[in-house]
Amino acid sequence: MNFPKELKYSKEHEWIKVEGKRATIGITDFAQSQLGDVVFVELPNTGRTVKAGETFSVVESVKAVSDIYAPVSGTVVAVNEKLNDTPEAVNLSPYEDAWIAVIEMSDPGELEGLLDSGAYEQFTAEGGH
Amino acid sequence: MIRSYLPHTEADRQAMLGVIGVHSAQELFADIPPNLRLARSLDLPAAMAEPELARHLQDMAKSNASLEDYACFLGAGSYDHYIPSVVDHVIRRSEFYTAYTQYQPEIAQGYLQALWEYQSMICEITGMEAANASMYDGGTALAEAAMAACGAVGRNEVIVAGTVHPHYRTLLGTYSIDKGYQIKEAAWAEGVTDLPKLEQQVSSATAAVLIQMPNFFGCLEDVKAIADIAHAKGALLVAAVNPISLGVLEAPGLLGADLVAGEGQPLGLSTSFGGPYLGFFAASEKLLRKMPGRIVGQTTDHEGTRGFVLTLQAREQHIRREKAVSNICSNEALCALTAAVYLSSVGKGGFRQIAELCLNKAHYAYSRLTALKGWRTEFFSPFFHEFVLHCDQPVAEINRALLAKKIIGGLDLEHYYPELAGCMLIAVTEKRTRADIDRLAAALEAMV
Repeated sequence: MNFPKELKYSKEHEWIKVEGKRATIGITDFAQSQLGDVVFVELPNTGRTVKAGETFSVVESVKAVSDIYAPVSGTVVAVNEKLNDTPEAVNLSPYEDAWIAVIEMSDPGELEGLLDSGAYEQFTAEGGH
Repeated sequence: MIRSYLPHTEADRQAMLGVIGVHSAQELFADIPPNLRLARSLDLPAAMAEPELARHLQDMAKSNASLEDYACFLGAGSYDHYIPSVVDHVIRRSEFYTAYTQYQPEIAQGYLQALWEYQSMICEITGMEAANASMYDGGTALAEAAMAACGAVGRNEVIVAGTVHPHYRTLLGTYSIDKGYQIKEAAWAEGVTDLPKLEQQVSSATAAVLIQMPNFFGCLEDVKAIADIAHAKGALLVAAVNPISLGVLEAPGLLGADLVAGEGQPLGLSTSFGGPYLGFFAASEKLLRKMPGRIVGQTTDHEGTRGFVLTLQAREQHIRREKAVSNICSNEALCALTAAVYLSSVGKGGFRQIAELCLNKAHYAYSRLTALKGWRTEFFSPFFHEFVLHCDQPVAEINRALLAKKIIGGLDLEHYYPELAGCMLIAVTEKRTRADIDRLAAALEAMV
């Protein structure tokens, strides 16, 4: 199980890579292992305004359909169109190829509420709920 | 001796009541307030012996008129087509006829395969990439398509052509009460959607433009131009199509439709006083996951043998009820099967031939009737097998006179379109013979 140090994490099992005001978001290695084979990712529309905690994407696996919650508020400025054709990237490369969207943050202060890799690893060790 | 068909004797009933400690059936129903109980026997005539009863029912049935005895020129969404004999023989097999919720792959491979074949045929005739296993009827399929479009585009305004079947538009309104989408109507001229006005109406708030092809008046809409207008604003095109017309007309999927819905009744289902009918629903692959209802998929089992299962169920309402695009879970499997048997029995060539016969006979009827004194064409637009004529006498009177001559006339349009008072919507299917059409023309001529 991989928990990259440079990322932040949410308790809904999303990872966040922060570069200035831009936050790139995907789902964690732990999340993809729980979901099983991913068959579809529903991407948000670019230009959409999202609030932290709001559903903004859906990941469908052979077992289940899971909502992906925006870990921060802001505007969706990019989405990973490649996932339309290769949803399995979520299983194979959750932190690299399978980023879902980039959000231009409206309130970077929200990052304070997120976990670092150590805390997130601890959280998953306790079951991740 | 008259035997009862009820399995329990009085002694059986007393024994059962005794076990649970009550004395009578009335006592068993004590929880139902007295004012809600029927305190008398049912108002039925005395019992009859079976031969007597059969005779009584036959006498009652004789007062029904059937389309076998009348030449029918009434369409407006329900059409009198010939149904090949094989259709009834196949669908009445008990494996099909009595099957209920046929979705368990362990037990329903035959039915699942038949539904998969149905989906494949719907895809083929509509030019779409995916179809569901059926919906209630054309109207609900169109309303479901409107909802799917709103969900896919993330907008909540739909523009429906005024040339779409009035019942479908009413149904669309009913669905919108709960779903909260806004409906605007597009104007029409010469029996087809007014394109310049539509272009002004479609905006960045529009999720979809809904049209019917051929439309309610039988006229042919410019599907491609309407698709371009919708797509230019990021909206989808939803087309309700008459499947028989697809024997001669270009498939909506190849003209830019994103979702195709329609009434499958013309595919081997009798008019049956309005139902049960068959809603078919097809989508582009991009919108596959927005499609309501059930989808049957083909796969292989662990031994590599071909098999069929319901698929993509994760998007279905019983998995994510609150997030589902639609909460419909019923379908019309036996009617879908009927359509599949019909299409396979007529074959590609037959399908085209049926459409050509409809087209040619309707145009023959049109030329005969427009030549009559007091009758004139209402719209100068191309049509498939249905057309609107204006007559100098009240339509209701004409229809009454025709009925006396064993002819069912066309629909009086005034009720649905007050501006079309005095207009009749006439349908001609392949079942109408030249003699039927000539008889209609002669009957109308005699009235002038």
